[in-house]
Amino acid sequence: MGDSDIVKDFLAESYENLDRLDRELVSLEKDPGNRDSLASVFRTIHTIKGTCGFLGFEKLEKVAHVGENLLSKLRDGLVKLNPEITTALLSMVDAVRQMLGEIQETGQDGNQEYKDLQNILSRLLTGEAAGPTVTLPAVAPSVVASPAATPPAATNSPAKPQVLVSPAEAPTAATGAASADAGEASKHAPVHGKIGGMLVERGLLSPDDLAFALRMQQRGDKRRLGEILVSLALTKVEDIALVTQPEDASGAPAATGDEAKSGGAAAGEARARGGSAETIRVGVTLLDKLMTLVGELVLARNQLLQFSNTVQNAGIHAVSQRMNLITSELQEEVMKTRMQPIGNIWNQFPRTVRDVAIGCRKEVRIEMEGKETELDKTIVEAIKDPLTHLVRNSVDHGIELPSVREKNGKNPEGVLKLRAYHEGGHVNIEIIDDGAGINRDRVKQKAIERGILTKEQAAQLTDREIFNLILLPGFSTAEKVTNVSGRGVGMDVVKTNVEKIGGTVDIQSVAGRGTTVRVKIPLTLAIVPALIVTCGDDRYAIPQVSLLELVRLEDTQAVTGIELVHGAPVYRLRGRLLPLVYLRRELAIPNVARKQKDQDEAVNIVVLQADGRPFGLIVDGISDTEEIVVKPLSKQLKGIKTFAGASIMGDGKVALILDVLGVAQRANVLDETRGAGKVSEEEAMEAADQDEKKTYLLFTGPDESRMAMPLDTLARLEELPASQVEKSGIQWVAQYRGKILPLVNLEYALEERRKTRRHPPLVQEGKESKLLQVLVCNHEGNPVGLVVERIVDIVEDTAKVKYPSSRAGVLCSAVIQGQVTELIDIPVVLRAARTEVADPEHAEVSH
Amino acid sequence: MAQTLQYSTFLLDKLLFGVELRQVQEVIRYLEMTRVPLAPEVVSGLINLRGQIVTAIDLRKRLELEPAAEGSLPMNVVIRRDDGAISLLVDEIGDVVEVDEDSFEPTPETLRGTVRTMIRGVHKLQGRLMHVLDTERACEMGEALTQGR
Repeated sequence: MGDSDIVKDFLAESYENLDRLDRELVSLEKDPGNRDSLASVFRTIHTIKGTCGFLGFEKLEKVAHVGENLLSKLRDGLVKLNPEITTALLSMVDAVRQMLGEIQETGQDGNQEYKDLQNILSRLLTGEAAGPTVTLPAVAPSVVASPAATPPAATNSPAKPQVLVSPAEAPTAATGAASADAGEASKHAPVHGKIGGMLVERGLLSPDDLAFALRMQQRGDKRRLGEILVSLALTKVEDIALVTQPEDASGAPAATGDEAKSGGAAAGEARARGGSAETIRVGVTLLDKLMTLVGELVLARNQLLQFSNTVQNAGIHAVSQRMNLITSELQEEVMKTRMQPIGNIWNQFPRTVRDVAIGCRKEVRIEMEGKETELDKTIVEAIKDPLTHLVRNSVDHGIELPSVREKNGKNPEGVLKLRAYHEGGHVNIEIIDDGAGINRDRVKQKAIERGILTKEQAAQLTDREIFNLILLPGFSTAEKVTNVSGRGVGMDVVKTNVEKIGGTVDIQSVAGRGTTVRVKIPLTLAIVPALIVTCGDDRYAIPQVSLLELVRLEDTQAVTGIELVHGAPVYRLRGRLLPLVYLRRELAIPNVARKQKDQDEAVNIVVLQADGRPFGLIVDGISDTEEIVVKPLSKQLKGIKTFAGASIMGDGKVALILDVLGVAQRANVLDETRGAGKVSEEEAMEAADQDEKKTYLLFTGPDESRMAMPLDTLARLEELPASQVEKSGIQWVAQYRGKILPLVNLEYALEERRKTRRHPPLVQEGKESKLLQVLVCNHEGNPVGLVVERIVDIVEDTAKVKYPSSRAGVLCSAVIQGQVTELIDIPVVLRAARTEVADPEHAEVSH
Repeated sequence: MAQTLQYSTFLLDKLLFGVELRQVQEVIRYLEMTRVPLAPEVVSGLINLRGQIVTAIDLRKRLELEPAAEGSLPMNVVIRRDDGAISLLVDEIGDVVEVDEDSFEPTPETLRGTVRTMIRGVHKLQGRLMHVLDTERACEMGEALTQGR
């Protein structure tokens, strides 16, 4: 048991070290003179070598050893770092990683000798200095030297330990206790001796215990000294790791060997790393368990809160409030333990980028922003592969060859930028390259060739839609969309994997300038905000990620609003047909309970998005949003694709969580023909594309002209009975929310110079009962009401096609929703209205 | 001397059934259930077992017995399984009985159909027979039924 624990710790630590090595080597290549990095690389390899030595992984040790020799030359400045050496060292890291994998699976370090690699490394070494045969034993003296020369050894009851330790320490000494083990010892003695001696020297092991362990070895225990010590609980793995780290060995002032030299430079960092003793390794299963328990605690808390509301007892109220706070805090903290910075997976990308770039003869620099952005562990794991793929893709397909870049007036070195940031419960990860961008015509052509689109459809697509076509299954990179071979995983797999964890992928590209792929993922999967709906007598939870909006149809609308396309129900949502799905029907819930509900004529449509396509889910009722803890369904129910899991509600009852994609699939929402699907996809993209598209309020201005204003300039929409309009001086006003709201008639405000120069009455005589449509805007800090003819709609559009305005107060004319619309310039209109008012000359004439 | 085995017993349509005691996590009264639409018929719903969500299987349906009388509330026999607990809904809970290995006899050949696979055999108790339920099989079929949905 002890053995496997040591090995497990060794593996975990080594993997971390290797990841760091990748990173350090690549950064070293850029800055070969950086001694700190070199020393750090050296130390890392040394630690691996040392540890695997005492665990008995000879082959691994050998490979690490050759690498270490090369590194020591580099550090001493005897060999200059060049790409060839970096490549060799990186392949050594790979070899070590491979062997670690082997150890993890079989417990052995495999059969591969990596002779070629060793030869290469040795050759690179001899390029400057002696061959590996010379350097190999060169380490031994240093090992022997260090413990002996260390002052503490002398102070630490000098006589006894010396006697006990020395046989093992000196590989040549085949006397005393170690004699029986001599043959074996000569191979591993350097490490053994070091460990035994150093543990004693540091007071981590008593000399008697060491003697005991050595005796066991002598009696035929084939295990390494370190293993024996740990299995007898005479020492701890950490302690062994501690002494096998070179910085500690370097405490020896007189040490002449390679290792000792690393000491000086490393001392500072060693101390810094010593600080990491404040962290402890905790099993992931334990963390998962904690998370589950906290999830249950949250549920219990919810139940308690609900219960305490029904009791008239101040004590219970106080306790439950306290419990509430503590639980929330606990939940937050436990969530944090599972959070990992995205840097953990990004760290391997410099290496990936380097390899791919060298492979396709490109020069690429990688930049990272927001490395510290944290994500739930499970999500970090889940996005690792998709991200790797995207990064490779960007280098492979995105960034051009240096010659091409130069010709286009760009820096020959391409830049790949990784950016991560939080945004409202989500994390956005962007992979930005400054490459050639996506050739939209080629993508379009491909889509037509593959029958994904017809020519006519393709012509209507926006750039963004075209780019996102790449994410479709038929469009794997292997199909040479961008001329380079694929790598097994297509972009569709990236998309599927990201969507599996509730994320989305979006591509933006500017020809000649580069491509940005944005991956948007939730922070955590365990606790999600959800909308609770009812259907039949049961509640169902819908994760809010897929929720677009809610629509409620009342009275007559409920009857007329839903139309049929050959039997398939649809609803016109802002001019577009939204396919409707009855949850009741999909879940095959009998209509028994329907009778009582008949009085309630309203129809609740939950507009959801599945696979980029919106559809309306009709439910009996909408209750609330709630944070729910997702629990998996048992094996017996896993087969039902309609449900993603279950959760326990505040009242202690179980509610099923709808799998929106599953529901959509079941209802065949996704099986529509492309043509019909295209519309909805377009709409979905519009929703996703908020930086380009704006939401506009459409209304009718004077003379039935179609006008619009950006919704964000609007504070509120109000309907005021005309009878409420009063006059204050020359200004039409209305009492509104305890204040006086000045009213401006758009018709008047728009006329640049009215011939009559007087305010027309806001309300025509005899029409006092009429309702005025008032757009309440904030103008210079005060609300102003703009009276318009009629409010038409709220739409989202890019308003791309523009035409200069023909009159003041209008920004421009634009095509919104396929119709020419005047975009009103609110500040100008209001200012104009104000000055008119303030202008005494006008005041005189306006009555 | 023959080994003795402990069984937790329960009644289903007046028949006495037994489940090996070590498989039983707990026995609890009726709990409110949330039905699972589209699930196999034998799945009665989901129960909240102290924060754990457990699937409840209607053992009467599973064993092709007559449905229980209207209004009668079944009890839960919660079975421990590798992949989480499962509740078997039964009419009534009986005692824990200790039986001799010798009193066991395999299911007679005359019992046919799917039920046969779920009943390992019977223990001859005094005055009545105790059916030994194969819980694995009883729970497994539920999985098979969901396939293809």
